[in-house]
Amino acid sequence: MIKAILIFNNHGKPRLIRFYQYFAEDMQQQIIRETFHLVSKRDDNVCNFLEGGSLIGGSDYKLIYRHYATLYFVFCVDSSESELGILDLIQVFVETLDKCFENVCELDLIFHMDKVHYILQEVVMGGMVLETNMNEIVAQVELQNRMEKSEASDQ
Amino acid sequence: MALKIVKGSIDRMFDKNLQDLVRGIRNHKEDEAKYISTCIDEIKQELKQDNIAVKANAVCKLTYLQMLGYDVSWAAFNIVEVMSSSKFTYKRIGYLAASQCFHEGTDVIMLTTNQIRKDLSSPNQYDTGVALTGLSCFVTPDLARDLANDIMTLMSHTKPYIRKKAVLIMYKVFLKYPESLRPAFPRLKEKLEDPDPGVQSAAVNVICELARRNPKNYLSLAPLFFKLMTSSTNNWVLIKIIKLFGALTPLEPRLGKKLIEPLTNLIHSTSAMSLLYECVNTVIAVLISLSSGMPNHSASIQLCVQKLRILIEDSDQNLKYLGLLAMSKILKTHPKSVQSHKDLILQCLDDKDESIRLRALDLLYGMVSKKNLMEIVKKLMLHVDKAEGTTYRDELLTKIIDICSQSNFQYITNFEWYISILVELTRLEGTRHGHLIASQMLDVAIRVKAIRGFAVAQMATLLDNAHLLTGNTQRNGICEVLYAAAWICGEFSEHLEDPMQTLEAMLRPKVATLPGHIQAVYVQNAAKLFATVLRKHDGETESQAAQETSQLLIDRLPLFVQSANLEVQERASCILQLVKYIQKLQQKNVEVAEEVTALFAGELNPVAPKAQKKVPIPEGLDLDAWINEPPSGSESEDEKPKAVFAKEEPKHSRSRHTEVDEKELARRREVRKQEQASNPFYIKASPSSQKVYDAPGVEHIPVVQIDLSVPLKVPGMPMSDQYLKLEEERRQKEKAERKKKEKKKKREKRGKERKADSGPESEEDITPAHQVDIVTEEMPENALPSDDDDKDPNDPHKALDIDLDKPLADSDKLPVRTHRPEVLKSPAEDRDGESVPQETKKKSGKEKKKDKEKDRKRSKEEKKKKKKPKEVEEELLESQPEEAVQSEETKEAAAPPTSTSAEASDLDFWLSSAPVPPAAQEVTAPSSSAAAVDTSSAAAPESEPDEPKDTEPEDTKSSKHKKKKQKKEKEEKEKKKKKRHHHHHQHHGDAGGEDSVQNGTVEEEEPLPPMSNYSLLAENSYIKMVYDIQGNHQDESKVVVSVIFENKSDSFLKAMEFNVLDSLNSKLQRPEGAGAHDSLTVPFQLPPGVSNEARFVFSVQSIVMPQKLKGTLTFIVKSDESSTHEKLDFKLHFTCTSYLITTPCYSDAYAKLLESGDLKGSSLRLEGINMPFHHLLARICFHHHFSVVERIDSCASMYSRSIQGHHVCLLVKTSDQTVSIDAKCDEPSLLGNVLDEIKQTFSKC
Repeated sequence: MIKAILIFNNHGKPRLIRFYQYFAEDMQQQIIRETFHLVSKRDDNVCNFLEGGSLIGGSDYKLIYRHYATLYFVFCVDSSESELGILDLIQVFVETLDKCFENVCELDLIFHMDKVHYILQEVVMGGMVLETNMNEIVAQVELQNRMEKSEASDQ
Repeated sequence: MALKIVKGSIDRMFDKNLQDLVRGIRNHKEDEAKYISTCIDEIKQELKQDNIAVKANAVCKLTYLQMLGYDVSWAAFNIVEVMSSSKFTYKRIGYLAASQCFHEGTDVIMLTTNQIRKDLSSPNQYDTGVALTGLSCFVTPDLARDLANDIMTLMSHTKPYIRKKAVLIMYKVFLKYPESLRPAFPRLKEKLEDPDPGVQSAAVNVICELARRNPKNYLSLAPLFFKLMTSSTNNWVLIKIIKLFGALTPLEPRLGKKLIEPLTNLIHSTSAMSLLYECVNTVIAVLISLSSGMPNHSASIQLCVQKLRILIEDSDQNLKYLGLLAMSKILKTHPKSVQSHKDLILQCLDDKDESIRLRALDLLYGMVSKKNLMEIVKKLMLHVDKAEGTTYRDELLTKIIDICSQSNFQYITNFEWYISILVELTRLEGTRHGHLIASQMLDVAIRVKAIRGFAVAQMATLLDNAHLLTGNTQRNGICEVLYAAAWICGEFSEHLEDPMQTLEAMLRPKVATLPGHIQAVYVQNAAKLFATVLRKHDGETESQAAQETSQLLIDRLPLFVQSANLEVQERASCILQLVKYIQKLQQKNVEVAEEVTALFAGELNPVAPKAQKKVPIPEGLDLDAWINEPPSGSESEDEKPKAVFAKEEPKHSRSRHTEVDEKELARRREVRKQEQASNPFYIKASPSSQKVYDAPGVEHIPVVQIDLSVPLKVPGMPMSDQYLKLEEERRQKEKAERKKKEKKKKREKRGKERKADSGPESEEDITPAHQVDIVTEEMPENALPSDDDDKDPNDPHKALDIDLDKPLADSDKLPVRTHRPEVLKSPAEDRDGESVPQETKKKSGKEKKKDKEKDRKRSKEEKKKKKKPKEVEEELLESQPEEAVQSEETKEAAAPPTSTSAEASDLDFWLSSAPVPPAAQEVTAPSSSAAAVDTSSAAAPESEPDEPKDTEPEDTKSSKHKKKKQKKEKEEKEKKKKKRHHHHHQHHGDAGGEDSVQNGTVEEEEPLPPMSNYSLLAENSYIKMVYDIQGNHQDESKVVVSVIFENKSDSFLKAMEFNVLDSLNSKLQRPEGAGAHDSLTVPFQLPPGVSNEARFVFSVQSIVMPQKLKGTLTFIVKSDESSTHEKLDFKLHFTCTSYLITTPCYSDAYAKLLESGDLKGSSLRLEGINMPFHHLLARICFHHHFSVVERIDSCASMYSRSIQGHHVCLLVKTSDQTVSIDAKCDEPSLLGNVLDEIKQTFSKC
């Protein structure tokens, strides 16, 4: 199970947060801060796994993250997930974003948080991996966007 | 109306949208909070408007603000409004907001039930999808109960997009509403074979998640997963399944055996690192679950370790990390295999990545042995010096202490060395772990009596040099060590060489700068030292020294009397007065030493941390019952005494004694002592484990031989290294001595301990440097051994521990909407009616009706379809004529029983690695059944104790891994058979035999009782040997010969030695160092009438020809009066068949193989075969290790593979009494021999 997905930038500003377990808002912010603190002090050439987030999870949980340019993508998962699998999943997610936004950059995520959420919803649902095939994800996202457009033109 | 819309859209133009909000926030970096609060005010205004577009926009902005940490739960109702918009665009915004901020405590969730239900059944698949996604985040027990049925229907939706979402969300539903698991499970299981890979993957995902928590309930699915594992190409699915198997194998070792082979194949073949890694992980889990040390397992463990080494050596840090992680799992059960890679792991300690260093440290923890502990710790000490950041260094420090102190200091052979290490660690600057070091010092000094002398000397040095530790205020943490030092010096002051000097050191004015609790210990222990000094000078009249000591105390203590710390002040003033009084007595020349010493007499024993909890409640004692009638109005304070005990420091709190009534305690202790003394069964932990109340029993304490080559007092100089050298020398010496002894013994012991000797030096050989007497922790006499107090009672998965194999009962139904509105109206929905806008309500009502009609139609149609085959359901359906919607579900619920009941036993069949055909033979030769039973009793007992003994057809029926085509046909057959079985008991084997053939998963590892592949090896009046030869895919040049030895005599058989005359081609594998003609000891003895199995590994080069090896078994027959040495010759026959391994093959692969043209053909005709075709197939499968690829009428294709990878294909046809076998193989001579052997098999019967 995935417990949380956090995207924040090099300064720790959240760009997308998605908790699959309930935490109150202030707790969520604390988790983001702690996670940022843990992740940001690591070099880029060290491994992408991290144990020891005290606020979220516990001994069974691990932080798996990737750092792309200005953004950190952090997944908090338990031991039922394959570490390398999740790394691949992050890659798939980012590539999907790249396809949907055409050369995605941090600004896209800042101004279109909702769209990023919709894309993520096609990848992970309720903490479980829904789809790993990028083409399928992109197709579903586009179909829904088309629907939205047709509704807008009806008005 | 139109005007309103126009107005709305004009309004919207002036509204901020999400992008504007974000931009605004970015432009107001200075006063962000203020800006946002104005935005929230705007949003509140927008939410008040009727226009849904405006509302949606507002909600969208709120979602963003939620991310920034603002609580938006006040808008929950507006979010529900947006969710119920008919437009997908707004609905999506609503559901997104809900999924971000709704939770179980959100009360408006109750209002959403109907809306979500409507969305779930929407004709637009994306409405449904959005609703499912949202629901997955905020599903509550109520929602789960009310919607479970709707979601279950969606699991069979026509669109895979919906199906996969519905399947996934079921997991959340199960968690919140566990009752839904049983009714929904059959359909979930069905989805494992869904044509869409996404749906399949989702189903695997859900079941894996369920099975991880309660694996035993999902064991019956193992065959299905096994099939998926061998057929799926989706790495995600494979990883999940392989992980699942990792969770299942501990429960079922037979499963592990089955898995090893496909997993090792995957390890060899896959290029995906993630998959490789998970395979290795599961193989490790399997190997952990299989305790037997079979030779091929050690090959697998080697393979794993080897692959992990590659990972660790990889430049990719992630692989390195995972390699280390998996290594630590192997370490638990196979420490030896990991220990050989010590170099690599130590190397990882230098890695720049902290995660990796920490992993390596973890590994080290398990790798230490008595032999290498000092060496490893030395390396770690070097790292401590090098480590820069304090966190990592602190981590190192705790690891060093963990490593040394693990399992009761098991690996420490020299405690002087350990104390020196601890002392060295105190020189670390700025560590937080002073307390940890202190507690270790205390622990060692208290528990290892022999070390006290040394420890005290070291502590005295430490106290003397206290300024080194306290000089810098930054080093605060480490001064905790002084706490331990002072206590040890005081408590064991009889070991002090110069107590006066230490006393002086403890009363220096500088001490007053230490933390209060340490000062308190100083003061208290100064008094102890004082007592010791007095004792030392006891008897000397007018001792100058004693009086000087008193004066010293009287001079220095006032400093502490002024202390701000209460504890220090109190103790100091008390002791000061005491000393003053003593001084008076001294001046009068009164003997005081004895009395003063008595103040501190008695010894402390360590108490196990759980001791208090483990005291069993005596029978008949009810702790909850009132002893007296409760006084009216008094509050119960049961909790209080408990807390007192829990908080108590077990080791060094002297005050405990005074808290309880001292007299009463002493009396009880006395009683217990006497009771123990008179009880012959009471084992005393150590001679001095009981408290000594008279003067300290110096004679009890073993005096340590302190090696004088070790400089005792060199502050600031690491000296643990010297110990390392000394230890080396000592071991060398011991080794040499031992060798001498061994040489003498060797003749008598020949061969007996060969295995133990194979290593250069085994663990047990290292004796501690000096006899240390580790005082074990005290436990109550009849403590309960149970240790399961760490289970979390709040785990939501506990509720999901449901037996899924039990047939569904009537009560196992999902709650469904009924048609009567009275029932429908729950209070929640009542409110719903009031608050949800009128418009939507009407609409939903209409749609509901439509839906119902549709449902009814559909279910009617389905009823018709299914009517004939399933009469039972029909009845069920008729009993609920009104509930049309439900009918479909009941059908679902009613259908499974037949299949599920068979499931559990299916598993047994699937797992029993030997096929059932033996029973088939029983059928064909009923007259010889007695003989067969006979051999079975000889062959079976030890082979596999947990194999199912019954061969009932119901048990053996395995419908799971069959191709669908065959399924129907099968079922009919079985029905017929069942009928027959009532009359002809001996037919029982039929179904099983045939099944195993069609499964194509027959494995020959071990035979089932009734008959076996074991053939007679040799027999005389004492012993009978039967044997079987098996190969395995992992090693192409090895076969395992399993020999069952049965003692036929009334005497005891022992010292059995097995030897074979090797040929050029085949050799018995002997342990390293043994000669080519040495015999192997059979690792057991045989009491009369007992049989046991031993395995021998042979290496073979060429497998194309059969071969015979001559051998001898020698053994000693021991009866009451005499013992004789006996010998039995035998011939081991390696048939070509024994090099074949049953390998499943799919028909497409089979066809390709034949097309390839690489195979050469040969054929065989058998005349006068008088047995059913499936019996014939079963025999070939069983005796010759083939599996059936496909069978059509009286023609079947079969496949097998040799250990060296030769493919052998057979096409078997029968007509009348003639059987023709066309065979193809890439090695003609092998094929010829195999065919000969097949011919022989059939000529025998």
